[in-house]
Amino acid sequence: MTLKDNFIKGFFKENAVFVLLLGLCPTLATSSSAINGLGMGLATTFVLVMSNIVISLVKNQIPDKVRIPSFIVIIASFVTVVDLVMSGFLPDLHSSLGLFIPLIVVNCIVLGRAEAFASKNNILDSLIDGVSMGLGFAMALTILGSIREILGAGTIFGIDLSIYPTDEKGAPVTMLMFILAPGAFIVLGYLIALINKIRNV
Amino acid sequence: MIYLTIIISAIFVNNIVLSQFLGICPFMGVSKKINTALGMGAAVTFVMVLASMVTYLIQKYILVKFGIEFLQTIAYILVIAALVQLVEIVLKKVSPPLYQALGVYLPLITTNCAILGVAILIIQKNFSMLEGIVFAAASAIGFAFALVIFAGIREHLDLMDVPKGMRGTPIALVVAGILALAFMGFAGIV
Repeated sequence: MTLKDNFIKGFFKENAVFVLLLGLCPTLATSSSAINGLGMGLATTFVLVMSNIVISLVKNQIPDKVRIPSFIVIIASFVTVVDLVMSGFLPDLHSSLGLFIPLIVVNCIVLGRAEAFASKNNILDSLIDGVSMGLGFAMALTILGSIREILGAGTIFGIDLSIYPTDEKGAPVTMLMFILAPGAFIVLGYLIALINKIRNV
Repeated sequence: MIYLTIIISAIFVNNIVLSQFLGICPFMGVSKKINTALGMGAAVTFVMVLASMVTYLIQKYILVKFGIEFLQTIAYILVIAALVQLVEIVLKKVSPPLYQALGVYLPLITTNCAILGVAILIIQKNFSMLEGIVFAAASAIGFAFALVIFAGIREHLDLMDVPKGMRGTPIALVVAGILALAFMGFAGIV
Protein backbone atom coordinates (compact mmCIF):
# COMPACT_ATOMS: atom_id res chain seq x y z
CA MET A 1 0.00 0.00 0.00
CA THR A 2 1.51 3.32 -1.01
CA LEU A 3 1.51 6.36 1.26
CA LYS A 4 -1.02 8.10 -0.95
CA ASP A 5 -3.45 5.16 -0.75
CA ASN A 6 -2.96 5.11 2.98
CA PHE A 7 -3.84 8.81 3.20
CA ILE A 8 -6.94 8.60 1.00
CA LYS A 9 -8.14 5.56 2.93
CA GLY A 10 -8.14 7.40 6.25
CA PHE A 11 -9.33 10.76 4.95
CA PHE A 12 -12.18 9.65 2.75
CA LYS A 13 -12.82 5.94 2.19
CA GLU A 14 -12.79 5.07 5.88
CA ASN A 15 -13.73 8.46 7.23
CA ALA A 16 -14.05 8.04 10.97
CA VAL A 17 -17.33 9.89 11.37
CA PHE A 18 -19.24 9.38 8.13
CA VAL A 19 -18.24 5.80 7.35
CA LEU A 20 -16.93 4.10 10.49
CA LEU A 21 -19.26 6.03 12.84
CA LEU A 22 -16.56 6.36 15.50
CA GLY A 23 -16.21 9.22 17.94
CA LEU A 24 -19.82 10.35 17.76
CA CYS A 25 -19.84 12.03 21.19
CA PRO A 26 -17.36 14.84 20.38
CA THR A 27 -18.74 15.00 16.83
CA LEU A 28 -22.21 15.86 18.02
CA ALA A 29 -21.22 17.92 21.04
CA THR A 30 -18.56 20.21 19.61
CA SER A 31 -19.97 20.92 16.16
CA SER A 32 -22.28 23.74 17.24
CA SER A 33 -20.20 26.12 15.11
CA ALA A 34 -17.63 25.72 12.34
CA ILE A 35 -14.77 27.06 14.45
CA ASN A 36 -15.53 24.76 17.39
CA GLY A 37 -15.70 21.77 15.07
CA LEU A 38 -12.37 22.69 13.44
CA GLY A 39 -10.71 23.27 16.84
CA MET A 40 -11.87 19.94 18.20
CA GLY A 41 -10.85 18.19 14.96
CA LEU A 42 -7.33 19.62 15.07
CA ALA A 43 -6.91 18.85 18.78
CA THR A 44 -7.90 15.24 18.11
CA THR A 45 -5.57 15.12 15.09
CA PHE A 46 -2.64 16.19 17.26
CA VAL A 47 -3.39 13.50 19.86
CA LEU A 48 -3.90 10.89 17.16
CA VAL A 49 -0.65 11.67 15.32
CA MET A 50 1.50 11.86 18.45
CA SER A 51 0.04 8.73 20.06
CA ASN A 52 0.36 6.80 16.77
CA ILE A 53 4.05 7.79 16.51
CA VAL A 54 4.89 6.89 20.11
CA ILE A 55 2.94 3.64 20.09
CA SER A 56 4.55 2.51 16.86
CA LEU A 57 7.97 3.30 18.42
CA VAL A 58 7.40 1.35 21.64
CA LYS A 59 5.20 -1.41 20.26
CA ASN A 60 7.90 -4.06 20.65
CA GLN A 61 8.68 -3.09 24.26
CA ILE A 62 5.11 -3.40 25.55
CA PRO A 63 4.02 -6.87 26.74
CA ASP A 64 0.91 -7.99 24.93
CA LYS A 65 -1.22 -8.36 28.07
CA VAL A 66 -0.87 -4.78 29.27
CA ARG A 67 -0.94 -3.10 25.88
CA ILE A 68 -4.39 -1.47 26.19
CA PRO A 69 -3.64 0.25 29.56
CA SER A 70 -0.25 1.33 28.19
CA PHE A 71 -1.87 2.82 25.09
CA ILE A 72 -4.39 4.65 27.28
CA VAL A 73 -1.61 6.18 29.40
CA ILE A 74 0.24 7.37 26.28
CA ILE A 75 -2.95 8.86 24.82
CA ALA A 76 -3.92 10.48 28.14
CA SER A 77 -0.50 12.16 28.35
CA PHE A 78 -0.96 13.84 24.98
CA VAL A 79 -4.52 14.82 25.86
CA THR A 80 -3.15 16.54 28.98
CA VAL A 81 -0.64 18.39 26.78
CA VAL A 82 -3.43 19.60 24.46
CA ASP A 83 -5.58 20.58 27.45
CA LEU A 84 -2.84 22.69 29.05
CA VAL A 85 -1.63 24.29 25.80
CA MET A 86 -5.17 25.17 24.74
CA SER A 87 -6.11 26.70 28.09
CA GLY A 88 -2.93 28.79 27.92
CA PHE A 89 -3.09 30.05 24.34
CA LEU A 90 -6.72 29.63 23.20
CA PRO A 91 -8.78 30.21 26.36
CA ASP A 92 -12.00 31.02 24.45
CA LEU A 93 -11.92 27.82 22.42
CA HIS A 94 -10.91 25.89 25.53
CA SER A 95 -13.92 27.09 27.47
CA SER A 96 -16.36 26.43 24.62
CA LEU A 97 -15.08 22.87 24.07
CA GLY A 98 -14.94 22.41 27.84
CA LEU A 99 -15.44 18.87 29.05
CA PHE A 100 -14.75 17.37 25.65
CA ILE A 101 -11.01 18.11 25.69
CA PRO A 102 -10.25 15.60 28.48
CA LEU A 103 -12.75 13.27 26.85
CA ILE A 104 -10.50 12.91 23.77
CA VAL A 105 -8.96 10.11 25.87
CA VAL A 106 -12.03 7.95 25.46
CA ASN A 107 -12.57 8.85 21.81
CA CYS A 108 -12.78 5.44 20.15
CA ILE A 109 -10.94 6.70 17.05
CA VAL A 110 -7.69 7.30 18.94
CA LEU A 111 -7.56 3.99 20.79
CA GLY A 112 -8.97 2.23 17.73
CA ARG A 113 -6.12 3.41 15.48
CA ALA A 114 -3.54 2.64 18.18
CA GLU A 115 -4.77 -0.91 18.50
CA ALA A 116 -5.64 -1.61 14.85
CA PHE A 117 -2.85 0.25 13.05
CA ALA A 118 0.01 1.82 15.03
CA SER A 119 0.72 -1.32 17.08
CA LYS A 120 1.33 -3.28 13.87
CA ASN A 121 3.00 -0.82 11.47
CA ASN A 122 6.18 1.26 11.20
CA ILE A 123 6.51 4.92 12.19
CA LEU A 124 6.00 6.50 8.78
CA ASP A 125 2.85 4.54 7.99
CA SER A 126 1.48 5.21 11.47
CA LEU A 127 2.22 8.92 11.09
CA ILE A 128 0.37 9.09 7.76
CA ASP A 129 -2.48 7.07 9.22
CA GLY A 130 -2.78 9.47 12.16
CA VAL A 131 -2.68 12.56 9.92
CA SER A 132 -5.27 11.22 7.47
CA MET A 133 -7.66 9.85 10.10
CA GLY A 134 -7.33 13.04 12.14
CA LEU A 135 -7.84 15.39 9.21
CA GLY A 136 -10.79 13.27 8.02
CA PHE A 137 -12.30 13.69 11.48
CA ALA A 138 -11.57 17.44 11.45
CA MET A 139 -13.15 17.75 7.99
CA ALA A 140 -16.29 15.94 9.12
CA LEU A 141 -16.61 18.13 12.22
CA THR A 142 -16.05 21.31 10.22
CA ILE A 143 -18.68 20.36 7.63
CA LEU A 144 -21.19 19.47 10.33
CA GLY A 145 -20.33 22.62 12.30
CA SER A 146 -20.68 24.83 9.21
CA ILE A 147 -24.10 23.44 8.32
CA ARG A 148 -25.33 23.84 11.89
CA GLU A 149 -23.91 27.34 12.17
CA ILE A 150 -25.43 28.47 8.86
CA LEU A 151 -28.86 27.03 9.68
CA GLY A 152 -28.88 27.91 13.36
CA ALA A 153 -27.20 31.32 13.46
CA GLY A 154 -26.95 32.48 9.84
CA THR A 155 -23.17 32.84 10.16
CA ILE A 156 -20.11 30.82 9.13
CA PHE A 157 -16.82 31.01 11.04
CA GLY A 158 -18.46 33.98 12.78
CA ILE A 159 -19.02 35.91 9.52
CA ASP A 160 -22.60 37.11 9.12
CA LEU A 161 -24.24 35.83 5.94
CA SER A 162 -27.46 37.84 6.55
CA ILE A 163 -29.67 35.15 5.02
CA TYR A 164 -32.38 35.41 7.64
CA PRO A 165 -35.03 38.14 8.01
CA THR A 166 -34.71 40.36 11.07
CA ASP A 167 -37.35 41.09 13.67
CA GLU A 168 -38.43 44.58 14.77
CA LYS A 169 -35.38 44.89 17.04
CA GLY A 170 -32.99 44.06 14.21
CA ALA A 171 -31.96 40.61 15.50
CA PRO A 172 -32.02 37.84 12.86
CA VAL A 173 -34.79 35.24 13.18
CA THR A 174 -32.85 31.96 13.00
CA MET A 175 -33.57 28.27 13.38
CA LEU A 176 -32.00 28.03 16.83
CA MET A 177 -32.79 24.32 17.08
CA PHE A 178 -29.84 23.48 14.81
CA ILE A 179 -27.34 24.90 17.28
CA LEU A 180 -28.97 23.04 20.18
CA ALA A 181 -28.82 19.30 20.81
CA PRO A 182 -31.59 18.05 18.47
CA GLY A 183 -30.02 19.77 15.46
CA ALA A 184 -26.78 17.85 15.92
CA PHE A 185 -28.50 14.47 15.65
CA ILE A 186 -30.74 15.45 12.77
CA VAL A 187 -28.04 17.13 10.62
CA LEU A 188 -25.62 14.22 11.14
CA GLY A 189 -28.39 11.71 10.28
CA TYR A 190 -29.13 13.41 6.97
CA LEU A 191 -25.41 13.90 6.20
CA ILE A 192 -24.71 10.17 6.66
CA ALA A 193 -27.72 9.33 4.50
CA LEU A 194 -26.32 11.64 1.80
CA ILE A 195 -22.85 10.05 2.03
CA ASN A 196 -24.41 6.56 1.82
CA LYS A 197 -26.22 7.67 -1.32
CA ILE A 198 -23.01 9.04 -2.89
CA ARG A 199 -20.98 5.93 -2.00
CA ASN A 200 -23.54 3.53 -3.44
CA VAL A 201 -23.79 5.26 -6.81
CA MET B 1 -34.48 19.85 48.25
CA ILE B 2 -31.10 20.34 46.62
CA TYR B 3 -30.93 16.60 45.97
CA LEU B 4 -34.34 16.66 44.27
CA THR B 5 -33.13 19.49 42.02
CA ILE B 6 -29.99 17.54 41.14
CA ILE B 7 -32.01 14.40 40.35
CA ILE B 8 -34.64 16.10 38.15
CA SER B 9 -32.00 18.16 36.40
CA ALA B 10 -29.76 15.16 35.65
CA ILE B 11 -32.52 12.86 34.44
CA PHE B 12 -34.76 15.21 32.45
CA VAL B 13 -33.43 18.70 31.89
CA ASN B 14 -29.75 17.98 31.23
CA ASN B 15 -30.16 14.38 30.13
CA ILE B 16 -26.68 12.99 29.75
CA VAL B 17 -27.26 11.47 26.31
CA LEU B 18 -29.79 13.77 24.69
CA SER B 19 -28.48 17.13 25.81
CA GLN B 20 -24.88 16.56 26.99
CA PHE B 21 -23.92 14.07 24.22
CA LEU B 22 -22.12 11.71 26.59
CA GLY B 23 -22.29 7.98 25.92
CA ILE B 24 -23.55 8.21 22.35
CA CYS B 25 -21.66 5.08 21.25
CA PRO B 26 -23.55 2.65 23.54
CA PHE B 27 -26.70 4.71 22.91
CA MET B 28 -26.43 3.90 19.19
CA GLY B 29 -24.79 0.49 19.60
CA VAL B 30 -26.86 -1.42 22.15
CA SER B 31 -30.28 0.12 21.66
CA LYS B 32 -31.72 -2.37 19.20
CA LYS B 33 -33.66 -4.34 21.84
CA ILE B 34 -35.26 -3.23 25.11
CA ASN B 35 -33.66 -6.12 27.04
CA THR B 36 -30.09 -5.28 26.09
CA ALA B 37 -30.84 -1.62 26.73
CA LEU B 38 -31.95 -2.47 30.28
CA GLY B 39 -28.81 -4.57 30.87
CA MET B 40 -26.53 -1.81 29.63
CA GLY B 41 -28.40 0.77 31.69
CA ALA B 42 -27.97 -1.30 34.86
CA ALA B 43 -24.26 -1.91 34.19
CA VAL B 44 -23.64 1.79 33.57
CA THR B 45 -25.52 2.79 36.74
CA PHE B 46 -23.46 0.37 38.82
CA VAL B 47 -20.09 1.42 37.42
CA MET B 48 -20.88 5.14 37.28
CA VAL B 49 -21.78 5.40 40.98
CA LEU B 50 -18.75 3.35 42.00
CA ALA B 51 -16.38 5.22 39.67
CA SER B 52 -17.50 8.67 40.76
CA MET B 53 -17.06 7.73 44.41
CA VAL B 54 -13.52 6.47 43.82
CA THR B 55 -12.48 9.36 41.57
CA TYR B 56 -13.89 11.85 44.07
CA LEU B 57 -11.73 10.39 46.85
CA ILE B 58 -8.70 10.36 44.56
CA GLN B 59 -9.27 13.99 43.63
CA LYS B 60 -9.65 15.17 47.24
CA TYR B 61 -7.04 13.02 48.98
CA ILE B 62 -4.34 12.53 46.34
CA LEU B 63 -4.50 15.03 43.47
CA VAL B 64 -5.43 18.15 45.46
CA LYS B 65 -3.37 17.21 48.49
CA PHE B 66 -0.16 16.93 46.46
CA GLY B 67 -1.06 19.75 44.04
CA ILE B 68 -1.04 17.55 40.94
CA GLU B 69 -4.51 18.28 39.56
CA PHE B 70 -3.13 18.37 36.02
CA LEU B 71 -2.82 14.59 36.18
CA GLN B 72 -6.62 14.35 36.50
CA THR B 73 -7.28 12.86 33.05
CA ILE B 74 -4.58 10.20 33.30
CA ALA B 75 -5.43 9.25 36.87
CA TYR B 76 -9.17 9.02 36.25
CA ILE B 77 -9.00 6.93 33.10
CA LEU B 78 -6.62 4.45 34.71
CA VAL B 79 -8.75 4.18 37.84
CA ILE B 80 -11.90 3.65 35.80
CA ALA B 81 -10.25 1.00 33.62
CA ALA B 82 -8.93 -0.83 36.68
CA LEU B 83 -12.25 -0.51 38.49
CA VAL B 84 -14.19 -2.02 35.60
CA GLN B 85 -11.79 -4.99 35.55
CA LEU B 86 -12.15 -5.37 39.30
CA VAL B 87 -15.94 -5.23 39.17
CA GLU B 88 -15.90 -7.88 36.47
CA ILE B 89 -13.69 -10.23 38.54
CA VAL B 90 -15.64 -9.68 41.78
CA LEU B 91 -19.03 -10.12 40.10
CA LYS B 92 -17.89 -13.33 38.43
CA LYS B 93 -16.92 -14.77 41.82
CA VAL B 94 -19.62 -13.34 44.09
CA SER B 95 -22.73 -13.20 41.96
CA PRO B 96 -22.70 -15.33 38.80
CA PRO B 97 -26.31 -14.47 37.86
CA LEU B 98 -25.56 -10.73 37.98
CA TYR B 99 -22.36 -11.36 36.00
CA GLN B 100 -24.40 -13.26 33.41
CA ALA B 101 -26.70 -10.27 33.08
CA LEU B 102 -24.13 -7.46 33.06
CA GLY B 103 -20.91 -9.25 32.04
CA VAL B 104 -20.96 -8.61 28.31
CA TYR B 105 -21.48 -4.88 28.82
CA LEU B 106 -18.70 -4.31 31.33
CA PRO B 107 -15.70 -4.25 28.93
CA LEU B 108 -17.58 -1.75 26.76
CA ILE B 109 -17.95 0.63 29.68
CA THR B 110 -14.25 1.54 30.02
CA THR B 111 -14.41 3.61 26.87
CA ASN B 112 -17.87 4.96 27.63
CA CYS B 113 -17.21 8.67 27.83
CA ALA B 114 -20.23 9.10 30.13
CA ILE B 115 -18.32 7.56 33.05
CA LEU B 116 -15.25 9.78 32.71
CA GLY B 117 -17.44 12.75 31.79
CA VAL B 118 -19.61 12.49 34.90
CA ALA B 119 -16.55 11.98 37.13
CA ILE B 120 -15.02 15.21 35.78
CA LEU B 121 -18.36 17.09 35.90
CA ILE B 122 -18.73 16.30 39.62
CA ILE B 123 -15.39 17.99 40.30
CA GLN B 124 -16.17 20.93 37.98
CA LYS B 125 -19.53 21.53 39.66
CA ASN B 126 -17.94 21.51 43.14
CA PHE B 127 -20.32 18.90 44.49
CA SER B 128 -19.88 17.38 47.93
CA MET B 129 -19.35 13.62 48.11
CA LEU B 130 -23.05 12.84 48.71
CA GLU B 131 -24.24 15.30 46.03
CA GLY B 132 -21.75 13.72 43.65
CA ILE B 133 -23.09 10.23 44.28
CA VAL B 134 -26.68 11.41 43.82
CA PHE B 135 -25.68 13.22 40.62
CA ALA B 136 -23.89 10.11 39.27
CA ALA B 137 -26.84 7.84 40.05
CA ALA B 138 -29.35 10.26 38.55
CA SER B 139 -27.23 10.73 35.41
CA ALA B 140 -26.98 6.97 34.97
CA ILE B 141 -30.73 6.61 35.41
CA GLY B 142 -31.20 9.34 32.80
CA PHE B 143 -28.89 7.37 30.48
CA ALA B 144 -30.85 4.14 31.05
CA PHE B 145 -34.14 6.03 30.60
CA ALA B 146 -33.09 7.51 27.24
CA LEU B 147 -31.63 4.16 26.13
CA VAL B 148 -34.82 2.22 26.91
CA ILE B 149 -37.13 4.76 25.23
CA PHE B 150 -34.87 4.78 22.18
CA ALA B 151 -34.74 0.96 22.06
CA GLY B 152 -38.53 0.85 22.19
CA ILE B 153 -38.75 3.21 19.23
CA ARG B 154 -36.12 1.28 17.28
CA GLU B 155 -37.96 -2.02 17.75
CA HIS B 156 -40.92 -0.42 15.95
CA LEU B 157 -38.66 1.27 13.43
CA ASP B 158 -37.51 -2.15 12.15
CA LEU B 159 -41.02 -2.78 10.84
CA MET B 160 -41.28 0.54 9.02
CA ASP B 161 -40.65 1.12 5.35
CA VAL B 162 -37.71 3.52 5.59
CA PRO B 163 -36.15 4.95 2.39
CA LYS B 164 -33.08 2.89 1.39
CA GLY B 165 -30.40 5.49 2.04
CA MET B 166 -31.86 6.36 5.45
CA ARG B 167 -31.91 2.80 6.82
CA GLY B 168 -29.84 1.96 9.88
CA THR B 169 -27.83 4.74 11.47
CA PRO B 170 -29.21 7.81 9.62
CA ILE B 171 -32.82 7.21 10.63
CA ALA B 172 -31.70 6.30 14.16
CA LEU B 173 -29.89 9.64 14.43
CA VAL B 174 -32.91 11.57 13.16
CA VAL B 175 -35.14 9.74 15.67
CA ALA B 176 -32.64 10.57 18.44
CA GLY B 177 -32.83 14.20 17.33
CA ILE B 178 -36.62 14.23 17.62
CA LEU B 179 -36.31 12.55 21.04
CA ALA B 180 -33.85 15.27 22.08
CA LEU B 181 -36.36 17.86 20.87
CA ALA B 182 -38.99 16.25 23.11
CA PHE B 183 -36.60 16.34 26.08
CA MET B 184 -36.02 20.05 25.46
CA GLY B 185 -39.59 20.46 26.65
CA PHE B 186 -38.36 19.71 30.16
CA ALA B 187 -36.16 22.81 30.15
CA GLY B 188 -37.41 25.29 32.71
CA ILE B 189 -38.67 22.74 35.26
CA VAL B 190 -35.65 23.35 37.45
